[in-house]
Amino acid sequence: MIGIASFVLPVLIWCVVSYVPWVWHPQIMITDPGSVSYLDIGAHLPRADFATELADARQEGRAPPRGVPANPIYLPSPGQVLRAFYTSFTTPPPTKDGQWLHQSLWHSIQIIFWGFVISSLFGVPLGILCGAYASIARLNEPFVEFFRYLPAPAFGALAVAILGIYDGPKIAVIVIGTFFQQVLIIANTTRKLDPALLEAALTLGTRSRQLLTRVVVPGILPDLYRDQRILLGWAWTYLIVAELIGTTSGITWFITQQARYQHFPNVYAAIAMIGILGLGIDMILAAIGRRLFPWDRSLGKSA
Amino acid sequence: MNDHLLPRELLPSYLEQSDAVRQRFEKLKAREVILTISQLSKVFQSGEKSTLALKDIDLCTHRREFLCVVGPSGCGKSTLVRILAGLEQHSSGEVLLLGRPVTGPGRDRGMVFQGYTLFPWLTVKKNVMFGLEVNGHGKLDSEREAMQWLELIGLEKFADAYPQQLSGGMKQRVAIVRALANQPRILLMDEPFGALDAQTRCRMQEHLLEIWRKIDITIIFITHDLDEAIYLADRILVLSAHPGEVQELIEVPVPRPRSIAQFVSPEFLATKARLEELIYIGRHAAEEEEEDYPILARMTNVADNVE
Repeated sequence: MIGIASFVLPVLIWCVVSYVPWVWHPQIMITDPGSVSYLDIGAHLPRADFATELADARQEGRAPPRGVPANPIYLPSPGQVLRAFYTSFTTPPPTKDGQWLHQSLWHSIQIIFWGFVISSLFGVPLGILCGAYASIARLNEPFVEFFRYLPAPAFGALAVAILGIYDGPKIAVIVIGTFFQQVLIIANTTRKLDPALLEAALTLGTRSRQLLTRVVVPGILPDLYRDQRILLGWAWTYLIVAELIGTTSGITWFITQQARYQHFPNVYAAIAMIGILGLGIDMILAAIGRRLFPWDRSLGKSA
Repeated sequence: MNDHLLPRELLPSYLEQSDAVRQRFEKLKAREVILTISQLSKVFQSGEKSTLALKDIDLCTHRREFLCVVGPSGCGKSTLVRILAGLEQHSSGEVLLLGRPVTGPGRDRGMVFQGYTLFPWLTVKKNVMFGLEVNGHGKLDSEREAMQWLELIGLEKFADAYPQQLSGGMKQRVAIVRALANQPRILLMDEPFGALDAQTRCRMQEHLLEIWRKIDITIIFITHDLDEAIYLADRILVLSAHPGEVQELIEVPVPRPRSIAQFVSPEFLATKARLEELIYIGRHAAEEEEEDYPILARMTNVADNVE
């Protein structure tokens, strides 16, 4: 219940700012330009400027301009954005070679997916090895620790030079942004496994090589899964920067296009879609996690 | 409970044994030796400082003996059992299991820990199967054997439950059979009932004796509870602290089969008096090194007294 309220509250504030005319509304939207030559219907004017124009027209006995209080166009109302959720899907792309919104979104999801999969392919095993064997950790972690402070987007130009201008550099930036955190987080999770479990396994005759597959990996699996969910969220935050590299693509291309034409409701809708997608995927993963790890008590709580 | 009020002089000596008890000990000592510890020492090295945790421990246990180890805190009883399990290396001396030196952990020595160490991701049955599987038994084979062990302790209904669904006592019962399923020669138990409430602990002690009677197993049981030691053990190894040395190896004169009623029998009380004497002296010496507890400032009204 409180969870729903946490969404309702900001939306409510947004509604008040948008629909109650005396809250904020620093501009006037012209409904009738009257005798003022430079005004058009639908143009926005600061309140003070409108007041001077109105006073001037009245004084000189010309037809006064008319308008209603409005917010700047970069703050559309919830209703406009809600409508944009539907219309942005039904609006054909402005250029012939452009993409529909759902195509853009799908492209973004693919970038995230491959970036995350490639990062995990190396990051998860390396993280587990670092956590399990102190010598591997000493060999790797200082460098990883250094590298994770380097901002992933800084490698954008380099990635373009090496991987071209299409999807390659975008995936690379997500990999660079995720991988180094992944190694450290998963190494830490591995280290937190109760050493008594390892000792118990040893006294049962487990050989040290079997420990990794028989005890370490199954023992950390629920925590590893939780880490991966958090890291996937991390990958999403790199998405926009990644998609600006080389030829702009995916949802970022859609957002920049719409902003250029000042279709701000569409911009908001697209940004909200990223949030909805991210949260939705995380909720699905949480539900899958509860199925996968029925013995794990803490999983239910965190989801 | 009047016996508690008996002056110490009126108790029999703990060295006095009835004929039945003496015969039992003769029979026990005639059995083959399972574990021999000779001149075992352990030094912990931390930086420049080295601490002698165990010094010149000598001990041998016979097949199907129940041996308890007691001693003040810091006497190294846990270290001793961890060395026996192979989880810790000793600094000098020798540990022989059936004549072969112990170098690392192995399936011939089972261990039950104080904390619950069942694998949380495995069901009860699979926990019991774990040792069998890593030692190369087939799946079906292990499963059948695991079920037999669970039936022995009456937990076959919980075969498919996860450890987190069990009570503390049930978890330790499963941990015991998980160790026993490997058919070790010796079962090492490090304060296994320490985390249980008094009632459960009492039932577990009975349960353990029942298992011990039915199975060919030698048990080394660490505890700080003197009643528990006397109730369970054939012999009790008393260690002193700083460094851990053998103070005495007591043959418990309380006849078997044991029962709760014997807790007030003269032999029981005599043994306990002796243990308290040994451990009290040990603790007295150790206390000089330990920090004093502070005297607390009064935080209530002067007239508001509880005693």
